[in-house]
Amino acid sequence: MSLVNFTSREITCKIVYYGPGRSGKTTNLHYVYGRVPETRRGRMVSLATQTDRTLFFDFLPIDLGQISGFSTRFQLYTVPGQVYYNATRRLVLQGADGVVFVGDSQARQLDENIESLQNLQSNLLEHGVDVRTMPLVMQYNKQDLPHELILTPPELDDALNFRAVPSFAADALHGRGVFETLKGISELVLKKLAAGSPA
Amino acid sequence: MTSTLNPRFTFETFVVGAANRLAVTAGRTVAENPGSAYNPLFIYSGSGLGKTHVLMAIGHAAKALAPQLNIEYLTLDEYVEAFHAAIAAGQGDAFRRRFQNVDALLVDDVQFLTNRKEMQAELLRLTEALQQAGHQIVLASDRPPAEIADLDERLISRFSGGLVVDMGIPDYETRVAILRRKSEERGSTFQPGVLETVAKSEFPNVRELMGALNRIVAYQAVNDTPINAEAVRQLLGVSPAAPSAPSAAASSAAASSDEFSQFLSDVTVTVGKAVEAWRARVAEAVLRWEGEGYRTARLEKLLEQETPAAVDEAIAAYVQDVDRLKALEAEVAAFDPQAAGGKVFHDPDRMEDAEAAGARVREGAAPPPAPSAAFPLESYVVGPSNEVALSAARDVIAKPGKKYNPLVIVGKSGLGKTHLLNAIGLELAKKKGAIVACLSTQGFVDELIAAIDGNRVDWWRARYRRATALLLDDIQLLAGKERTQEELFNLFNQFLDADRQLIFTAPAHPNTLEGLEERIISRLEGGLVAEVSEPDKELRRHALERFLKTQHVPTDVALLDYLADRPIDSVRSLTGTVQRVVEAAAAQDVPLNAALARDVLEGSPSVRRTSGLRTSGIVVSSAGGVRSREKMVWDWPASSDRVIEDLR
Repeated sequence: MSLVNFTSREITCKIVYYGPGRSGKTTNLHYVYGRVPETRRGRMVSLATQTDRTLFFDFLPIDLGQISGFSTRFQLYTVPGQVYYNATRRLVLQGADGVVFVGDSQARQLDENIESLQNLQSNLLEHGVDVRTMPLVMQYNKQDLPHELILTPPELDDALNFRAVPSFAADALHGRGVFETLKGISELVLKKLAAGSPA
Repeated sequence: MTSTLNPRFTFETFVVGAANRLAVTAGRTVAENPGSAYNPLFIYSGSGLGKTHVLMAIGHAAKALAPQLNIEYLTLDEYVEAFHAAIAAGQGDAFRRRFQNVDALLVDDVQFLTNRKEMQAELLRLTEALQQAGHQIVLASDRPPAEIADLDERLISRFSGGLVVDMGIPDYETRVAILRRKSEERGSTFQPGVLETVAKSEFPNVRELMGALNRIVAYQAVNDTPINAEAVRQLLGVSPAAPSAPSAAASSAAASSDEFSQFLSDVTVTVGKAVEAWRARVAEAVLRWEGEGYRTARLEKLLEQETPAAVDEAIAAYVQDVDRLKALEAEVAAFDPQAAGGKVFHDPDRMEDAEAAGARVREGAAPPPAPSAAFPLESYVVGPSNEVALSAARDVIAKPGKKYNPLVIVGKSGLGKTHLLNAIGLELAKKKGAIVACLSTQGFVDELIAAIDGNRVDWWRARYRRATALLLDDIQLLAGKERTQEELFNLFNQFLDADRQLIFTAPAHPNTLEGLEERIISRLEGGLVAEVSEPDKELRRHALERFLKTQHVPTDVALLDYLADRPIDSVRSLTGTVQRVVEAAAAQDVPLNAALARDVLEGSPSVRRTSGLRTSGIVVSSAGGVRSREKMVWDWPASSDRVIEDLR
């Protein structure tokens, strides 16, 4: 995907929310959806199972309008978290400009987080992308849960964030950290564009 | 005619809310870096939402940061008026100059450009001029550029090329903040809840909100009692319940959309930085190619634009053009070093000129004269008299420039020196990449004279310097040609240094030639001087056989013996003799034999008389062009024949 198209003056960022099942990826998107003025957002496409689990993926296009003469669009995707939807995950990951890893802060979900992170790495590799070159931020979601159930952001950083990418504590349900995360990944993606434009 | 900036309209007095944060951020950025951040900055919003305030605030802020800046604020109407006045006074140019020297031009109410074609053209020109000079333009309008009716496409694209931001209606919180700020400015205090009540009413713009504030200020002043929320509702005609519900919803929506607009303005800043990366790439290219002496006007033009399309493609195209120029220049340099230094080969914006110049040089720089194909080595007749020269020639052909350099073929006229010279040239030219210059010394001299005359001696020199072998016939003709000797001397040295073959012919040993400089003579002698002597009988016989065969005359031993025995000093005269005999036989319509030949050559009068042909009598040697007088006219027709011809 061409990130910056100088000819048509477009910037399009595809950002994928990745993470284990039930970590709150779709919740992130829903919160963003709720905050974006109607004129700026496209229809949010959500393919969910009856129990509200993401079956394929969610897709939320956001039009940021003209920025520096570029019509700027963000496309937010989530992947289905469950292990057996890996083919879909790989598909959604294709052509991503940046990845938000939404981790579940619950202590008992740590293994799922690690597994999903490894899955992310291997899926990226299948697309020939080195995870080290892919803009990535971590979001530690569900920080609103009782302290005895969750790990603190520094603990999660120790456990998951061995590449020391930007990490954000969040409570996606109530919106804390959602836009901070989005801003964090946008900055990384746009900075990468500044460093070496693929256009 | 230009409005002064209202001192009250600064960023400090502007209440920032979600609806106008982006505009204010952009405005501040522009004020801090006029001309470089967003140029032009186009702010639009409905009436009374603070466009003018922001516009003037930009002016104030810029002035505060850099007091020397020349900042003009005016509305479009003022601009139009000033323009018309200037035109009427015949001061159009002065008017234009005045605005072109402005560091930051703030134009309000641009929407009035509708249906003003001449002003649009004027503004377009001004915008271009200011952008090129790196001066800031900020425009304000009540609608986005694309919605201004009848606005020139070019203006739309120019306005949109910078940053277009809108300012919306302030949300509830902002409205409260505005009311508080304004009442403070007026020194009025209100009971708690009063301002909030005012803010809850839906006002389409801040101006009307101010109107409402003015009313309660006045009411309070007149009544001498603090006004309460209920009184405000009555005063402003607001029903108590109705507006509160939607306003709460609006408030939460406003608060939530605030998050988004904050995000948006953050992203805007990041994109702004990121997009600027192309500037770095262009600047890098400019530096690089400027360093190599190429004109970079085209790239610099890119930099002047706000967001040019296809920057990388433009750079790539530029580099491609430079590469082409380099190739052209190298090609031209091979022909003419002087022409290669030309400016035209360092300006990628004049590719066509460069191509044309290249073509001109290429055309002019035909390779030096090549050996004549009429003298192939196979047709060179060998005999003991020229054996030495021929074997030297073969050595030279096998190892040009290595064995005998120069090779000087010496012999009297008509012995086949020219033939041998050209034959060697032809063989040398067969080698890959070989450029053989083979011409008469007279031609060489004439070329130089023409070059001096045409002021292109460099070109002429380069032409020969490219040659891998230089073959000059009749070197004795250099006598007295000082300049040519000088040039040849230089060429000589270059050829020797580069092991490139030089071959000359001369009628006698070089040291007996008069009028040649010592340095030339010594160099000529430095190689091999191979002599071609008068043709021996064997050679004559070979030559005769070959010649008769080409004339399709059956060879007759007696004839050959007779002809070969005749005292002939050169192959050329031999050929001439045979030609006569063959013509005579053809004229008499009898087979050629020794007796006939004897008749012809030893002066039987009857033959001479009947030899009159209806030809000019000019015989051209089949071995080549007219080479000497000997073979030009050998027999005039009898006078009776000539009379007949004349009568025809």
